[in-house]
Amino acid sequence: MSLHRINLKINGVAEQVDVASNTTLLQMLRDRLALTGTKNGCAAGECGACTVMLNGEPINSCMILAVECEGADLVTIEGLAKDGQLDVVQQAIIDQGGVQCGFCTPGILISARALLNRNPDPTDYEIRDALVGNLCRCTGYVPIIAAVKQAAQMQKQAAQ
Amino acid sequence: MHSAHPGLPEFDYVKPASLAEASAFLKAHVGEARPFMGGTDTFVRMRDGFWKEKYLVDVKHLEGMQDITYDPAAGLVIGAAVNMNRVVASPLVKEHYPLLAEAAHSVASYQLRTRATIVGNICNASPAGDTTGACIAFDARLKVHGVDGFRFEPLQTFFKGPGKTVLQPGDIVVSIHFPPAPRGAQGKYIKLGRNAIGDLSIVGITVLGYPDASSSSGYRFKIALASVAPTPFVPAPAEALLAEKTITPALLEEAAQAAMDACKPIDDVRSSAVYRKAMVRNLTHKALVDVWGRLSAAAR
Ligand SMILES: Cc1cc2nc3c(=O)[nH]c(=O)nc-3n(C[C@H](O)[C@H](O)[C@H](O)COP(=O)(O)OP(=O)(O)OC[C@H]3O[C@@H](n4cnc5c(N)ncnc54)[C@H](O)[C@@H]3O)c2cc1C
Ligand code: FES
Ligand code: FES
Repeated sequence: MSLHRINLKINGVAEQVDVASNTTLLQMLRDRLALTGTKNGCAAGECGACTVMLNGEPINSCMILAVECEGADLVTIEGLAKDGQLDVVQQAIIDQGGVQCGFCTPGILISARALLNRNPDPTDYEIRDALVGNLCRCTGYVPIIAAVKQAAQMQKQAAQ
Repeated sequence: MHSAHPGLPEFDYVKPASLAEASAFLKAHVGEARPFMGGTDTFVRMRDGFWKEKYLVDVKHLEGMQDITYDPAAGLVIGAAVNMNRVVASPLVKEHYPLLAEAAHSVASYQLRTRATIVGNICNASPAGDTTGACIAFDARLKVHGVDGFRFEPLQTFFKGPGKTVLQPGDIVVSIHFPPAPRGAQGKYIKLGRNAIGDLSIVGITVLGYPDASSSSGYRFKIALASVAPTPFVPAPAEALLAEKTITPALLEEAAQAAMDACKPIDDVRSSAVYRKAMVRNLTHKALVDVWGRLSAAAR
């Protein structure tokens, strides 16, 4: 099996990694770069625990090969807070009690950030629709949806 | 290295520099290599051990693969590697082929649609494919590059069985071509899953209707059904009724019944055949009523 040398930016930092053809982005993040905030729930595209932002779009990192990420700009949960300041989606999910075991949380927060980037004022339906691919076995989703609404409000206020 | 889940089996990732090189490689490795788009079907099949490819041939970067273009005379062209989120968000698709955007939006989740493609959905040839029905209803054709060069394949004759198509070793779909949408067309996709959103379909009902002076009813309806047969299924008797007889509420019911009578679904983990048949009738009726409502409102 061939090895591929890839260059990419992860949370603003340039990285060079040698990966095998069959290494997924999820495996590279967790096993090679020790970025274990991104979780492996199903490795099958179903649960969303592995969601990361690739060139601005959320993607299941278990469903893309690391070698396909040559030249990519990647944001993982480790890169969401800036200069010690939590992203509003992080602050809101704490405020709303939207974290229990926390396994789904990194993926939820990436999906939520991506939603607010493309749609700063989402309806309840739009929030649910954007989070369909993020399963949570603990919270019952209600506080998570409330958190995304709160984050949208906080973002609006910060912009004013 | 320990991992809670099995990773992908071993294979080589291949990234050819041209379509000619890609087709030649695929032809030289029959049964060992396949074209690779989003991989959302491919990874699942490989992880589950059903596919044992030695090579995945990435063609997403090749010419025309990432483009969406529209021309009022020629219609819409979507590159094979354009992901479904781009289709859903495209103003061209929303304006001229909203049924296609609706169908694509129903697939899986936002983050999976960052990977999944319409051409992959079609080439995978699952009877459950959500976007296939809209492509059939709009009379789309696939532009294929093979070892002998380019050709077009209509969707009507494309599917041969679950996972089976007319594609030959070396063939790569480059783009999907939609003729201009019929004037005044209205469409509806109803997907019944086990959840409100995000599941594979128990049944999927695509209906496209438009005024057509050449049919006795003055209208033409295209219907395509997902998850009711080994291939995407067109209930021809229902379409014929709606073309031949004057459209009334009773005829919409008769056509829905004809759609149900025409299909022979199976029992599987998502549903029983009996339930599928009943849902084909009820939801085809619902879709027809919805589309006819908009068509008749436009005619008033
Ligand atoms: C969690 C999950 C949920 C899903 N939910 C849905 C759903 O709700 N509805 C639905 O319809 N599907 C669903 N799917 C299936 C899948 O996402 C779709 O079928 C998708 O459109 C496949 O596109 P792809 O680009 O990922 O294809 P790939 O996996 O890359 O390819 C699929 C097949 O088509 C062939 N192929 C791809 N591109 C070409 C080409 N250009 N030329 C020739 N052959 C080609 C490949 O060789 C392969 O055999 C789901 C899958 C997962 C993992
Ligand atoms: S680990 Fe990727 S979707 Fe579950
Ligand atoms: S908090 Fe436990 S899975 Fe969501």
